[in-house]
Amino acid sequence: MRYKAMIQFIALAAGLVLLLNNCAPQIPKEALQLPPEGLKQRQLQSRQFGTDEKTVLSASAALLQDLGFVIEESEPACGLIFCSKHRDASSTGQLVGAIAVALLTGVVPPVDRDQLIRVSVVTQPLVVDAADSSKCRTGVRVSFQRVVRNDRGFVSLQQSVVEPHIYRDFFDKLSQSLFLEANQL
Amino acid sequence: MKTMRSAILWGVAVMLLMVCACAPPTRQVLETQESEVRLRSIQSRIFETTDTNKTLRAVIAALQDLGFVVDKANASLGVVSATKLSGYVLRITVSVRPRGESQVLVRANAQYNIQAVEDPESYQRFFDALAQSMFLAAHQL
Repeated sequence: MRYKAMIQFIALAAGLVLLLNNCAPQIPKEALQLPPEGLKQRQLQSRQFGTDEKTVLSASAALLQDLGFVIEESEPACGLIFCSKHRDASSTGQLVGAIAVALLTGVVPPVDRDQLIRVSVVTQPLVVDAADSSKCRTGVRVSFQRVVRNDRGFVSLQQSVVEPHIYRDFFDKLSQSLFLEANQL
Repeated sequence: MKTMRSAILWGVAVMLLMVCACAPPTRQVLETQESEVRLRSIQSRIFETTDTNKTLRAVIAALQDLGFVVDKANASLGVVSATKLSGYVLRITVSVRPRGESQVLVRANAQYNIQAVEDPESYQRFFDALAQSMFLAAHQL
């Protein structure tokens, strides 16, 4: 009887340990798979400019500085600039909602406080003409991400930015930056 | 009652032993689930090209297609690191090295949140995306 109870207990403990080891979520299938909306996403995040790669990269760096980003990595040999910035993430709507919930339930829900915005700009030479830069064509692809922390210090959101107007605005600004660069302003 | 108590005591002792038998967290520094040889084989592919820079750029393009933000790159070493945020944190490093006279070897390793990605299917999906981006077939080691 004593041994039976002991064996049962050991089996239970072993089961629990196994369960604890295996309960971490596994990588989802779509994480490393081309998404069905990939082409649309690429079109949204990409633009072509009629100048050489170096000019596009330096205009991008200037624009990212205009936007308050800190450049963390740059590698012109493969056309990369990576930068980030920390900004406020609080919204009045969420705050009002939190106050309403607190009044109704007596529990104060967490509200978003700050966010890290990450962006990579990647250039790709499409047409190269060493003699005349106006005959060159360079592709640019930009992607933004956000990591939001709440007032308890926990990550409440980590995602890619997919709003089309953000990408459109970025490329409008990049065109202006290229114009300024061309005119040495 | 007495047997019950001693069973519980034994159980607790066994649990404690199991916990103690677990290695300290520093063991994780050099820990892998798979053998190094098997990991290399599932994480590597060979492409029939000699242009490492073009391959590196194709890797970057594939990573962007997959929703990553590229945060580090070094063309002379042939390495690139990127992060995907989608409710989870997926980090990946890809290296590109010349192999022999006419090939390049591409190796990727990834971590999903706090776990190493060591299943062959995930890497197969990544190399499928890369092969599309390179317009070249990926060969196993």
